[in-house]
Amino acid sequence: MDPSFLVLQSLSGLASAASLFVIASGLTIVFGVTRIVNFAHGSFYMLGAYIAVTLVPRLLDLSYSPATFFLGVLLSALLVGLIGVAVEVLLLRRLYRVPELFQLLATFGVVLIVEDLVLKVWGPVDLAGPRAPSLRHGVEILGQRFPAYELVLIAVGPLVLGLLWLLMHRTRFGVLIRAATQDREMVGALGVNQARLFTLTLFLGASLAGLGGALQIPRIPANAHMDLSVITDAFVVTVIGGMGSVPGAFVAALIIGQLQAFGILIFPKVTLVLVFALMAVVLVVKPWGLFGRPEAASGRVMPPEGIPALRRFRPAETALAGLAVLALLAVPLVGDAYKVKVATEILIFALAAFSLQFLVGVGGLVSFGHAAYFGLGAYAAGLLVTGPFKAPMELALVAAPLAAAAGAALFGFFIVRLSGIYLAMLTLAFGQIVYAICFQWVEVTGGDNGVVGVWPSSWAAGRTTYFYLVAALCLTAIVLLRRVIYAPFGYSLRAARDSATRAEAIGLDVRTHRWLAFTLAGAAAGLAGGLYAFMKGSIDPTLTGIPLSIDFLVMVLVGGIQTVMGPLVGAAFFHALKDAVMPLTEFWRLLLGLAIIATVLAFPRGLAGAAEALRSRRAAAPKPVEASA
Amino acid sequence: MSTRDETFRPLSRRTVLGGLAAAPLGLAASRAAAQGSGPIRIGELNSYGRMAAFAVPYRNAMQLAQDAVNKAGGIKALGGRPIEIVFRDDGSTPGDATRVAEELLTRENVAFLCGTFLSNVGLAVADFANQRKALFLATEPLTDALTMGSGNRYTFRVRPNTYMQTRMLVDAVKDSGVKRWAIVAPNYEYGQSAAANFKRLMAAAVPGFEVVGEQFPALGKVDAGATVGALSQMKADGLFNVLFGADLTAFVREGNTRGLFEKRKVASLLTGEPEYMIPLGDETPEGWVTTGYPWETIDTNGHKEFVAAYRARFNDTPRLGSLLGTVVVGMIRDMLEKAGSTETEAMISALEGLTSQTIAGPVTMRALDHQSTLGAWVGETALAGRQGTMKNVRYADGANYMFPEAEVKAARKV
Amino acid sequence: MTLLVVEGLTKRFGGVAAARDVSFTLEAGEMLAIIGPNGAGKSTTFNMVGGQLKPDSGSISLDGASIAGLPARTIGKAGVGRTFQVAQTFVSMTVAENVQMALLSHHGRSRGLFRDASALYRDEALSLLARVGMRNDADRSVSELAYGDVKRVELAVALASRPKLLLMDEPTAGMAPRERSGLMALTADVARTNRIGVLYTEHDMEAVFAHADRVLVLVRGEIIAAGSPEEIRANPRVKQVYLGEAGTEAAMRARRKAVA
Repeated sequence: MDPSFLVLQSLSGLASAASLFVIASGLTIVFGVTRIVNFAHGSFYMLGAYIAVTLVPRLLDLSYSPATFFLGVLLSALLVGLIGVAVEVLLLRRLYRVPELFQLLATFGVVLIVEDLVLKVWGPVDLAGPRAPSLRHGVEILGQRFPAYELVLIAVGPLVLGLLWLLMHRTRFGVLIRAATQDREMVGALGVNQARLFTLTLFLGASLAGLGGALQIPRIPANAHMDLSVITDAFVVTVIGGMGSVPGAFVAALIIGQLQAFGILIFPKVTLVLVFALMAVVLVVKPWGLFGRPEAASGRVMPPEGIPALRRFRPAETALAGLAVLALLAVPLVGDAYKVKVATEILIFALAAFSLQFLVGVGGLVSFGHAAYFGLGAYAAGLLVTGPFKAPMELALVAAPLAAAAGAALFGFFIVRLSGIYLAMLTLAFGQIVYAICFQWVEVTGGDNGVVGVWPSSWAAGRTTYFYLVAALCLTAIVLLRRVIYAPFGYSLRAARDSATRAEAIGLDVRTHRWLAFTLAGAAAGLAGGLYAFMKGSIDPTLTGIPLSIDFLVMVLVGGIQTVMGPLVGAAFFHALKDAVMPLTEFWRLLLGLAIIATVLAFPRGLAGAAEALRSRRAAAPKPVEASA
Repeated sequence: MSTRDETFRPLSRRTVLGGLAAAPLGLAASRAAAQGSGPIRIGELNSYGRMAAFAVPYRNAMQLAQDAVNKAGGIKALGGRPIEIVFRDDGSTPGDATRVAEELLTRENVAFLCGTFLSNVGLAVADFANQRKALFLATEPLTDALTMGSGNRYTFRVRPNTYMQTRMLVDAVKDSGVKRWAIVAPNYEYGQSAAANFKRLMAAAVPGFEVVGEQFPALGKVDAGATVGALSQMKADGLFNVLFGADLTAFVREGNTRGLFEKRKVASLLTGEPEYMIPLGDETPEGWVTTGYPWETIDTNGHKEFVAAYRARFNDTPRLGSLLGTVVVGMIRDMLEKAGSTETEAMISALEGLTSQTIAGPVTMRALDHQSTLGAWVGETALAGRQGTMKNVRYADGANYMFPEAEVKAARKV
Repeated sequence: MTLLVVEGLTKRFGGVAAARDVSFTLEAGEMLAIIGPNGAGKSTTFNMVGGQLKPDSGSISLDGASIAGLPARTIGKAGVGRTFQVAQTFVSMTVAENVQMALLSHHGRSRGLFRDASALYRDEALSLLARVGMRNDADRSVSELAYGDVKRVELAVALASRPKLLLMDEPTAGMAPRERSGLMALTADVARTNRIGVLYTEHDMEAVFAHADRVLVLVRGEIIAAGSPEEIRANPRVKQVYLGEAGTEAAMRARRKAVA
């Protein structure tokens, strides 16, 4: 290969790396200080681009020069920083005392809202920004042309790194950021005004995201899809570098930039899976990323985020649960066909959410990729009935949980070696790998078109019959899984979650238990996926994707992560909500986002958690403080 | 658990859309019965949120055409009943879309379904329609599978599919003498199938045709620098591009700066559609052979009047989606007039072989594969002021670019 | 047979030796205290015996079987119970459930899928709790206990596996003075009655000199002295590097109290 080509390709890689680093540095700083997994970071990036394509041309009309261009870019970044402040003050600040995952949920609500607001304000047409004055041209390098603007970008990366270094080492704010990144409790103990620190951190993080977006306008048109396209890559960079580590993000961005630039030469179709495969490998080898540190929380006594204490149903609750089941079973008798369909979906999602709660609430294992197992079940079922085997539905429904369990066992083997946010990120990576396989292995999976014709056996084809089949299987699975939570295995998982050190000291094999839990939860999700495939009649990669994983997480959180039955309420509520707002307007994402945020603010412990709190306040229970059922 | 009850309480959308009889059991019968009087309801589901750039102009044109039909006395064969299109967001995923389709059929009592944008959504709704024995007029999805391997007797498609559009381009470049081609396409079914069609059709038409390299960047995430660099390195004489949307803009800018398109023949799918050309602005490359919709140059079949009416009502220029929306409503009107009924079977037999006079010219729904002969305009990209346009344009009638009958029969005989 | 034999234990972090050639023995029913200034290597030594750390070299045998380098849970199963400097309990469970959990694990039933866990081994747990004086708090959540009580629960948890050896890392850290002596007296009583060897580290000199049968002094990773409390108290080198005058006085006071 031509050496001059290699040099140029590597420069292209550096330019993408610099762009990626600017964005990821903000994400990693925000995470380091606040421990928030900020999904809205991609929205800040998108806003940076949209504000810049609006602002910069107006400034250039006043004075057409490179200085004006970059001034406009910086102004856009600062404006996005102020939006970040607004998000922190109006929303996140109210959530610092509730489990960390709820902040994640709130930021996800912000994503939905910003997506639709951008559409409303700027319209659906992609907006190409102006090129930077004096930097439109290509520079001759080794006989080939390379964009001058990208040379500037290449310089911006180290420049931002340097400025951040100065900030971190030469200012009090920066020192506090570093201290908080290393030990959050200590900052509180030092009497630092934590609210102000967080506000400033959000300002810095959002500004960096905005800067990243604004810098892209000469290259990429501002468009309504750029938030999600960047957020996953930014996560990957942050995780590979080690969460909270700015130099780590820099190195990770460099690696990814080069890998991408040269990877596509060898495997032109590798684009979908490359970064996630890299993240999975890095995490398996280095469980805290390249420059990360084990979370310092292990020695501290912190209440776990999941189910605090188990208790039985009270008589009233048993009656209520029985009534709910009866009401559900009566749906086909009183409701129309559409209600039956929605009820079927809710049952399926309830099982999926419950299986996720088994991991998150009981095991303390936050999975960002639970749809992978749902999808594996769906694909196993769908491919069995449509593929060369033409297997009957009954067999497919047996295979669905088995296939998902096998996948969960395989991935879980690596996942349970990690903990905390890194564990969550590895689940995300494996989820994306499953997605990429379903997407790209066209001969078998049908690619992104998926496979159609996945319909139930004739005896179960009637909607009502299928509803009762789903009800029987899902309710049985939920009851069994609930039983496991109250059985020694569930106790062992909770024990490992509360204190892995203590669990090991009493002779529990924490990893093996978690691995089995992963497999079991995967099997349950796979059953749900198989049932879903037969209801929809088709399978496609969205069944394994991040959006569905997030939906499951939303169901668990909205229902109440600290309750056993909450996720069922969450599944019903979330799905009914989506079903109710979707026909109202094409801006249903906005409504959904607002509803999620309102729920989080009004019921910071979820719906079931709120009901529980209400009950215990009314009862003013004297001694045993049990939090949930 | 009490929140569960809320699930089953339909919210105010019914009042929004006018009162409706509660749907009893026995769906097919009730659908027909509810259609007996009042407006003929049509369920249109599309990605109005996520794909608004296409779907909103499409919906605009449909509303415009619907009003025109109703003003002209509605469907005469059905006693002058007006048509009423019920629009719904399809959620952009197959899972949401099939639920919405179900809701349209059972709650809104629509006579049939139409719409969808994404191919996987279109395929899932088509299969759903097949299962429910309801008519589905897939308007926008491009995937060949919809009328080929995954085709069914309830599903019809309006837009020229990937194969047809690629074949139009191949027709336009096969005599250019360029044999060494590079391909760049988004990494999903549409991109892959366009690339495969291009290779197959070029190999048959051009002796010595050779693909020197391919690039498949992820949809919506093109790493333009690296991709353009890799393509330059291939030293091809021709470039077949399938990128569109934000990917296309990023790719064109990078390619312009680096001189990728200089002295190269470029054939580019869909680039001439206003949806994708407008964002290119003054960076629109010149001389690309492309398919598209140069609305400002078309003055046949009442097209000018359509453009005037559209601009007057929406204060915007029409997009390809607008053209499609108008054509679809025209076909629906003709189908209903011919069928004289809203029974699914009657509508299917009316639609098969139906020829509509549209602003693009006559369009026939081929009975063999349920693919319409709507064509596209083929020409070269050009700059007019700071905006891209097309020159040397001709309308490529879809009828000349359909899948060969033998291939259809082989593919649809499952 | 000697219960615990530790020989030549060494552990380095980077270039620094946190423990160097540490050797000692412990008999069943004996209380052995390890003392030393901060950073002397007490916790490192401890964690190597408990399996939380792997030694670089050296051997550890329990009842004649080598346990060096085994994971904590295997060592736990081999008969080593332990408590931690910062108490480690299952905060989402009740006092009784904490002990039941340890019993479930001890009996190899931690993977049961269907039996109701809260009913299993409850009686046994209650009698262990009675032993540490926590019987009346059995159904309270462990998260609402005073710290001294948490430490008692931890002791009950450690005893659930019927250990031969108890490792207690600063058992009285963070406790009120009255609670301290109570806990140490309880521990000593349990150890002697059940013939359990106890290895513990302590900052509190009263707890050391009042209850230990023997004392090891670690400084910079090395044992500089070993012997009975009297010998240690009299050892001039220990006085010099570690105890200091105040420490010696505290030691005297403690011994007087214990004797009285």
